[in-house]
Amino acid sequence: MASQFLSNATVSSPFSSSRPRLSPFVFSRLPSKPLPKRVFIVRSKIREIFMPALSSTMTEGKIVSWIKSEGDKLSKGESVVVVESDKADMDVETFYDGILAAIVVGEGETAPVGAPIGILAETEEDIAEAKARAGSKSAAAAAIAPSPAPPTSNPAPPISQLKPAPAPAVPVAEGPRKTVATPYAKKLAKQHKVDIASLVGTGPFGRISPADVEAAAGITPSKTNVEPVVVAQPTAPPKAAAAASAPSSLPPPVPGSTVVPFTTMQAAVSKNMVDSLSVPTFRVGYPVTTDALDALYEKVKPKGVTMTALLAKAAAMALVQHPVVNASCKDGKSFTYNSNINIAVAVAINGGLITPVLQDADKLDLYLLSQKWKELVEKARAKQLQPQEYNSGTFTLSNLGMFGVDRFDAILPPGQGAIMAVGASKPTVVADADGFFTVRNKMLVNVTADHRIVYGADLAAFLQTFSKIVENPETLTL
Amino acid sequence: MHSSLSLSFSQATAAAIPRPNFAVDSLVFAQSKPLNLRFCGLRREAFGFSPLTKSSSLRVCLPARGQARGKISASVADNGTAPKSFDYDLIIIGAGVGGHGAALHAVEKGLKTAIIEGDVVGGTCVNRGCVPSKALLAVSGKMRELQSEHHMKALGLQVSAAGYDRQGVADHANNLASKIRSNLTNSMKALGVDILTGVGTILGPQKVKYGKVGLPDKIVTAKDIIIATGSVPFVPKGIEVDGKTVITSDHALKLEFVPDWIAIVGSGYIGLEFSDVYTALGSEVTFIEALDQLMPGFDPEIGKLAQRVLINPRKIDYHTGVFASKITPARDGKPVTIELIDAKTKEHKDTLEVDAALIATGRAPFTNGLGLENINVVTQRGFVPVDERMRVIDANGNLVSHLYCIGDANGKMMLAHAASAQGISVVEQVTGRDHVLNHLSIPAACFTHPEISMVGLTEPQAREKAEMEGFEVSVAKTSFKANTKALAENEGEGLAKLIYRPDNGEILGVHIFGLHAADLIHEASNAIALGTRIQDIKFAVHAHPTLSEVLDELFKSAKVQAHASTPVSEPVAV
Repeated sequence: MASQFLSNATVSSPFSSSRPRLSPFVFSRLPSKPLPKRVFIVRSKIREIFMPALSSTMTEGKIVSWIKSEGDKLSKGESVVVVESDKADMDVETFYDGILAAIVVGEGETAPVGAPIGILAETEEDIAEAKARAGSKSAAAAAIAPSPAPPTSNPAPPISQLKPAPAPAVPVAEGPRKTVATPYAKKLAKQHKVDIASLVGTGPFGRISPADVEAAAGITPSKTNVEPVVVAQPTAPPKAAAAASAPSSLPPPVPGSTVVPFTTMQAAVSKNMVDSLSVPTFRVGYPVTTDALDALYEKVKPKGVTMTALLAKAAAMALVQHPVVNASCKDGKSFTYNSNINIAVAVAINGGLITPVLQDADKLDLYLLSQKWKELVEKARAKQLQPQEYNSGTFTLSNLGMFGVDRFDAILPPGQGAIMAVGASKPTVVADADGFFTVRNKMLVNVTADHRIVYGADLAAFLQTFSKIVENPETLTL
Repeated sequence: MHSSLSLSFSQATAAAIPRPNFAVDSLVFAQSKPLNLRFCGLRREAFGFSPLTKSSSLRVCLPARGQARGKISASVADNGTAPKSFDYDLIIIGAGVGGHGAALHAVEKGLKTAIIEGDVVGGTCVNRGCVPSKALLAVSGKMRELQSEHHMKALGLQVSAAGYDRQGVADHANNLASKIRSNLTNSMKALGVDILTGVGTILGPQKVKYGKVGLPDKIVTAKDIIIATGSVPFVPKGIEVDGKTVITSDHALKLEFVPDWIAIVGSGYIGLEFSDVYTALGSEVTFIEALDQLMPGFDPEIGKLAQRVLINPRKIDYHTGVFASKITPARDGKPVTIELIDAKTKEHKDTLEVDAALIATGRAPFTNGLGLENINVVTQRGFVPVDERMRVIDANGNLVSHLYCIGDANGKMMLAHAASAQGISVVEQVTGRDHVLNHLSIPAACFTHPEISMVGLTEPQAREKAEMEGFEVSVAKTSFKANTKALAENEGEGLAKLIYRPDNGEILGVHIFGLHAADLIHEASNAIALGTRIQDIKFAVHAHPTLSEVLDELFKSAKVQAHASTPVSEPVAV
């Protein structure tokens, strides 16, 4: 990079503005000599050259090149070293005359702001002493440099790290520990001074995702800038921030209790559930007569069709007519209409919950859908679902009817517009318009939706369509 | 020769217009007229065809373009020796951008030209390279703008929720490729270039065989042959490409999926452009570079600035000085794993687990099966050895007459437009005008946001050359921050750098990083190609306000000792 400096000499003024010559180093006296406050009067023999702070956001700097080499005489105002900050390369000049006795931080190396990078001796006699000091400095620096960020999982707030410890630099030099963090997660961790080794990843394959770092730093994700724009909001304000900072106010655990950390899947569920609090939801229930559906089910059961497939198909067909229920609200400012109808179906799996997705459920016929579902369930049991097979849902179906549950209330998963909770179908006495009593199988369907985009009338109309389809299920087999 | 031909023509026109077979004509003619000595070869071959059935089979071999400038179709038979007359003046093997450029220029120069293509017209650039990638980069550029709330706000714009449809983006790239492909095909057809389908193999001097699998090969002869077979992505050993999670640029351009986290092996043009696309579409990127710094090959100063703008603020990290010794695609529920070893010590350094890996480690020449052994040419790491006039050099170091190689296959400068320029240079030579292409005048560009472009030498190269040849080198720089148009676009980030000789004003190199850099470089590359000196070009006028003023300023800021070479020209009345 010496060329940089050479070139600089011939550069005309318009450019030099972007690489300003900089104000002097921070010079300090060595702490060994007690000094009065008026620095410039005191005759100091040896001065340390510190890494300057070249911008308000700079935490560390890289030495691009030393313009002077050890033993060179420096005079006040001369450029000594080129430092690269997060913004630009800058020539840094000296405020003092002297001799560059030793270079502590070599070219290409990085040092935190304020760390000594070189030693300046006033006279030649001082050089030996300065070198000795430099030796001890660089040894100390070497001792610090290779050690990775404190590996102990320190639950204390990360802000307490006052020293600019050698944070994980971008060219990653990972030790033997097997923490996988994505590039952006690492950047965020550095920015917010989060110790990445103390985090538990919730991303794919247990890796640390940007969201994990943001959660640890107690900041809301920059992307989902959810502002309550809609005025007619019946539901509660977002509580995500409160939830994130909650751990500090938790009561101590009851003695004798065991603490079992979340599995990756459980951590993901937990995160999703907390995230769901930021969405204003409401619920609409609807009784659906299922005699015809039950009859159809008996007929198609031998062909491998499950009730789940029937319900998914019915929901998909209803969604075709009510695209807004299949939409989602990603940013709090707009509708995102999904081009596909992908029905996610909640499945309990030992100790967890996963939602395999029946993609294009409106387009596939019932038998293909049933087959697909069988495959998905097998994959889910074997934990072989691919990400797009469990996170591409646009609408979720949750059925607890088989356990005899007559009605329940589902939580809307983030990123979707609505979720349908299906209860058991039970014989119910109903009176028709003429006053005759009959017994019909009825099930209660309860839909939870994001009120930012789906309004009550939308859901009511959707449920009406759904009910009609279930009551006249012949269309399902077409 | 010519007299014979004109007679043959007149006969053809005298007969019924839709002449199916001019070989028959010449046959009839050959028998009925006395021939002078110059026609001997022709007559012998013509007699060889006397049965009519045979001559019609010949017609199949020679796509019915009978009347074209006076080459008698002939030499199906004899092997070994060079044919005396030829089916074509020029045959180009490979219909990529290089072959296309050569073919168009050959037609302009009056050569009867054929182009052999075993795959699709357009080659790598149009189908799997520069063209579809520009479609993806156009999308990524717009996404970047829309996502940059800060940028939009500064312009007073409000945009909510920029999103994209992966299939739609992929279709855009694919449609662009097919559109350019058909343009290319049509332009050649319209000019009368024969497109011969099949894999071309050189049989001997001036003789080429081509054919598709399952069909009999056909043999054609030409006075001159250009090899323009291009290149394929280079995949280092140890890397298993499955086309889904471990991919090359060929697969990536189809954009079949956008991974959450992709490792890009290699930080040259291809890697850099794809990092721009993937990060704009929401992926995180990890670069793996064997050399000690990212973006080798760029001027170091430009590279550093580019890194500050294109890498550091984005969701990208990198490992430098490491090789990816082993890459295993995602399978059995496991992510893609990448073993990293130190580039120097070969010790294991790290193992990465990512969602996908893109291999962008460069390109390898596609010269297998070309039949180079038939003419005693040995490739060097697959590249066809050529001299500065693109003439092929054989194993003994001698030139192979009438055989040229252009483009990626010779490895001189692996750029589409360089191949085309080399092809044009070859056509100039075979039509009797000596021509040597100045590769230092060929610009190169990387279409990131903002773009990077360059022509000529980098600063270290220039200084090395200066040291050897004993001249001085100076550098001038201007910033986009001072350019009105760039500021109007709110895109002031950028730098233009001129490397020149202060004694005579020669431009040694120009490097630009900034808005529309790829379009701006041509003023500099033209100046280098035409030998224009700074002291002259600084008087050229640029429209205001335009980005081209960045270069204007650059030239004006250079301190040249020499004075403008041309005196004040005659005033022109307006």
